[in-house]
Amino acid sequence: MTETTVKTPATPKKHSLFADFFKRLVKEKPLGTLGALILIVMLIAAVGANFIAPYDPVESALKDRLAPPSIQHLMGTDNLGRDQFTRIIYGARISLYIGLGASLLNVVVATLLGLISGYVGGLLDLFVQRFVDLALSIPSLIILITLVGIIGSGWWQITLVMGINGGILWTRVVRSAVISIKSNVYLESARAIGGTLWQIIFRHIFPNIMPIMVIIFSVSIAGNIMAEAGLSFLGLGVPPPTPSWGGMLSAEGRRWMYEAWWLAIFPGLVLTIVVYGVNMWGDAVRDILDPRLRGGIGRYGAAVKRQQLGEKTS
Amino acid sequence: MQNYIIRRVLLLIPTFLLLTIMVFLIIRLMPGSVIDLMVIQRSGQQVGQDVMDVDALRKIMGLDKPFFVSYWDWLSGYLTGDMGKSYWTYRSVTTDVLERLPVTVELGILAFVIAQIIAIPVGILAAIRQDSIGDYVVRSIAIIGVAMPAFWLGTMVMVFPSIWWGWAPPERFIPITENFGLNMQQFLIPAIIMGFGMAGLEIRMLRTTMLDVLRQDYVRTAWSKGLRERTVLIRHVFRNAAIPVVTIISGQIGVVIGGAVIMEQIFNIPGMGRLFLEAIFSRDYPYIVSMNALFSTVGLVIILLTDLSYAWLDPRIRYS
Repeated sequence: MTETTVKTPATPKKHSLFADFFKRLVKEKPLGTLGALILIVMLIAAVGANFIAPYDPVESALKDRLAPPSIQHLMGTDNLGRDQFTRIIYGARISLYIGLGASLLNVVVATLLGLISGYVGGLLDLFVQRFVDLALSIPSLIILITLVGIIGSGWWQITLVMGINGGILWTRVVRSAVISIKSNVYLESARAIGGTLWQIIFRHIFPNIMPIMVIIFSVSIAGNIMAEAGLSFLGLGVPPPTPSWGGMLSAEGRRWMYEAWWLAIFPGLVLTIVVYGVNMWGDAVRDILDPRLRGGIGRYGAAVKRQQLGEKTS
Repeated sequence: MQNYIIRRVLLLIPTFLLLTIMVFLIIRLMPGSVIDLMVIQRSGQQVGQDVMDVDALRKIMGLDKPFFVSYWDWLSGYLTGDMGKSYWTYRSVTTDVLERLPVTVELGILAFVIAQIIAIPVGILAAIRQDSIGDYVVRSIAIIGVAMPAFWLGTMVMVFPSIWWGWAPPERFIPITENFGLNMQQFLIPAIIMGFGMAGLEIRMLRTTMLDVLRQDYVRTAWSKGLRERTVLIRHVFRNAAIPVVTIISGQIGVVIGGAVIMEQIFNIPGMGRLFLEAIFSRDYPYIVSMNALFSTVGLVIILLTDLSYAWLDPRIRYS
């Protein structure tokens, strides 16, 4: 009986939750909306690269080499005569697929470890926390370089390494959320009526940490795109001729930039715009779903609200 | 407090062991690559010669020893200051690291100081003149500073002055002890680029925490007592806004090391970052393990110092 009474009000609410989110995004977060649009454009570019891009991204055309930007080549051509605009469109694939894949993995790893750490606690918690300390103690770029350097720099290797490393860094956020949920009365009663571990986790904890999982996903994307570009820049990204934005700026490309300024500008510009947009999107998602996670900014927001309320009443 | 420090220090040890064992393990699980590289290089250079004895190579490099034996060899060496020898050049890793370390430390300190010089006054000003034009300009630049990859900025700084004015940074590396001016010419630009990126995050954080503190009751009390603006800001506001900023600053040590890897690559500075990358590309495992251990030792000590500085900044933590 309790199940039916719980389910009926929950179903229509779930439906409006999604629409509500986007309504608030558009209404309150113009920059976040812009970020979402940038992300959509990037998604279209990545998925539809075959249809959008005017040239072939890999095949060289030496008679057109180092051509400056023109109507035929919007962003000029590189030292092999390949159209840079085409390569940037195809480059969105690596950035987006690895960026999204690694972020998804961040969520999975953070949730799994956070649940173990927060719910089970004890020695297991102590052990997991050492991993967190470890990931915190050493710069992400160094870990990524080390692991990708040893394991190899394919698509899945980079995604895996970035996904696990970033996931460990997020573990504490999930852990503290799980600990605070754990102390709720409804959880105790669920345990008292004999709910199994899985029931408790899926029925009671998961719905509560769902917003945090969405936040981790959205906030991680920008960092992962940036990290992939950094690896590619250092020559540890998905190997050429696969085009990537970081790789286009790497030592290989730099040799020609002194003759062809457009090679230095466009890949970095696109990367900056995308990272900016995705950052704004992540911030907006976080602000809408859980303002407390903002740290200092959150308390400031509360302070402003308090002040505004005070002004209205006085 | 004392117990707290001891507990924190003791917890650093397993973390350090965990890291080094993991790096060791991954190298062991993915062996062969350095040997493959050597075989390829040697057989490519001298065509017709027999391919090298792989087992002998493995023995020379100590890759034939059981896992924990070679780990123990490395650990006892690391703790006594001997980090092993290069697979390729047989140079001592310790000597190389000590030679490169001052370069990266100099770059890091410069970048760090520049970041603070930019971030602290700008962050404070943006907060006390909230919603002024200056505040908007600062915030926009800070957001761009976060989104703009340092390697792009560095590349542009290398390329455009050279196209426009024929300017290029000095080719040969000049240590600070040799010629201060020329050394600064090499270091200042990469340090400013690194500092700019770091400052972006710090300004945003400092501004928001300052705004939060500015609205606290005790600040209003300080104002109403008739204290000077400077006294209120420094004694009451800044000190309380500093705690989250210390967290950010300590997190940026990682940014400094990561940034140094990239800047040294672009600006041709022979520091730790270049050494590390060279080791990665040549699969020189003794360097990779020891330098990872070194970076994480630094990181762990900084985490510890950060925790202790909270206690110093906030007496409530000290007494509880």
